[in-house]
Amino acid sequence: MGVMTSASTLSICGVSKSFDAGHPILRDVNLDVEVGQFVSIVGPTGCGKSTLLRLIASLDIPDAGQISFNGSGIEFLFQDPTLLPWRTLLQNVALPLEIGSRKVQTKDDIIQAISAVGLTDHILKYPHELSGGMRMRTSLARSLVRHADLFLFDEPFSAVDEITREKLHLDLLRLHQSKKFTSVFVTHNISEAVFLSDVVVVLGAPTNFLSSVRAVIEIPFGREREDTLRFDTQFTDLCRRTHHELELAST
Amino acid sequence: MSATHRFRQLPTLVLFVLFIGVWYLISMVILPPYKQFLLPRPDVVITDGFLVWNKGDQRGMKTVLQSLWNTTQIAVLGLLITTIFGTLLALLMSFSKWVERATWPYLVALQAAPVIALTPLIRALIDSPTTQRLLVVVLIAFFPITSATLFGLTTVPRELHDLFTIHKATRKVRLLKLQVPHSLPSFFLGLRTSAGLAVVGAIVGDFYFRRGGQVGIGAQIDLYRAQLWGPELIVAVIMASALGITLFLIFSWISHAVVGRWYDSSRR
Repeated sequence: MGVMTSASTLSICGVSKSFDAGHPILRDVNLDVEVGQFVSIVGPTGCGKSTLLRLIASLDIPDAGQISFNGSGIEFLFQDPTLLPWRTLLQNVALPLEIGSRKVQTKDDIIQAISAVGLTDHILKYPHELSGGMRMRTSLARSLVRHADLFLFDEPFSAVDEITREKLHLDLLRLHQSKKFTSVFVTHNISEAVFLSDVVVVLGAPTNFLSSVRAVIEIPFGREREDTLRFDTQFTDLCRRTHHELELAST
Repeated sequence: MSATHRFRQLPTLVLFVLFIGVWYLISMVILPPYKQFLLPRPDVVITDGFLVWNKGDQRGMKTVLQSLWNTTQIAVLGLLITTIFGTLLALLMSFSKWVERATWPYLVALQAAPVIALTPLIRALIDSPTTQRLLVVVLIAFFPITSATLFGLTTVPRELHDLFTIHKATRKVRLLKLQVPHSLPSFFLGLRTSAGLAVVGAIVGDFYFRRGGQVGIGAQIDLYRAQLWGPELIVAVIMASALGITLFLIFSWISHAVVGRWYDSSRR
């Protein structure tokens, strides 16, 4: 992460967005994300975190500024697992290969994606037969089959319980380690952001003077992270610092 | 589990016994003797109605079953036409806000309008009694299936649409793999309601359009009513309701077979 890094794969330059005129939700956002980097975005409610993700995914169009991404394929993980209730786990994971423009023979990809999230024993179950954590894992598996380069996460673990969430964090770290996809992860949860990321970006509500980006905090841990990291003093220091920046951004 | 299962039908049974009791009470105690022919006792309905095959004068189960079959054909054919056109219209409406805005008020008006009042017009415009009866069925049954299917097609959650947008789905793929499966449960709900109304429509059609050799159960009900043939009237009414119940059960079963695996259980 840095200003004008040459290796950036995702480049957000002077992006602003408002839904009703005169009330910007994002102002002058500048952000560069390098290949394989894991960036989290935290900020108070209504600061435009999710809007920024939707802009990156081209689900919305910015009023000003540019977003460029060098790479193939974007995956989006929503707060809801967004599984189709009429399809089994297997059929849900295979969905991207059916609806996308690229139709390649990738049965192996489907099997691998399902085993990567540890759901091989449940492939014929319907979403309502799965637990919340398993549904989220299915959603993760579905996002893996296309080998996309950029993953966008919109508070994907906010609806599952604490223990399940911590397990999902380790799953995600492991997947990120092996697939090296670039990630932008929106969350409310400070320790989640610090635990998963290389960089935590703090967004604030836009004012007339300030850019939406209020702070950029580097997380110096390597990518090999264990659950015990959560009790490390450096980890708690970083959480405290992020908390402090978030407090400043909320006022 | 089996115990609760056994007693699940108990309330229905209790109500049925009560219903028969009240029936006896009305026909033997409440009605004065000279009016008792208007509501014959249940056992008389069985002996003089259900157990009489052919009494002449269009009386007896033979005539009732024949006319019921005739009405069934009209109701089912009318329902088929309704389903085809209703679903197509719902699809068109989901494609285009413009079509939806243009047609919706007329659909609601059709739902509210007393179709019976249109019978002289229908008679003036259409010659064939079968077509006349089918038209009444379609007019009465059209609204539920159309509005329910439209509801299912247009209430797909935004995140699911976003998912398809991110994967660059074409409009056809979005329709076939997202909107149509999502609309199936409401489609079947609408179909069941429309099936009941199709039977009502067919019987109402029988009342007003009965030229030609084919006579439906509605025409028989009208005849028995006019002749004050109590047992026959009640038998005909019961058989007409049985037709409605049968169609309802058939479509419930189809619905369960098609979407039950993921829909009924996901709502439990």
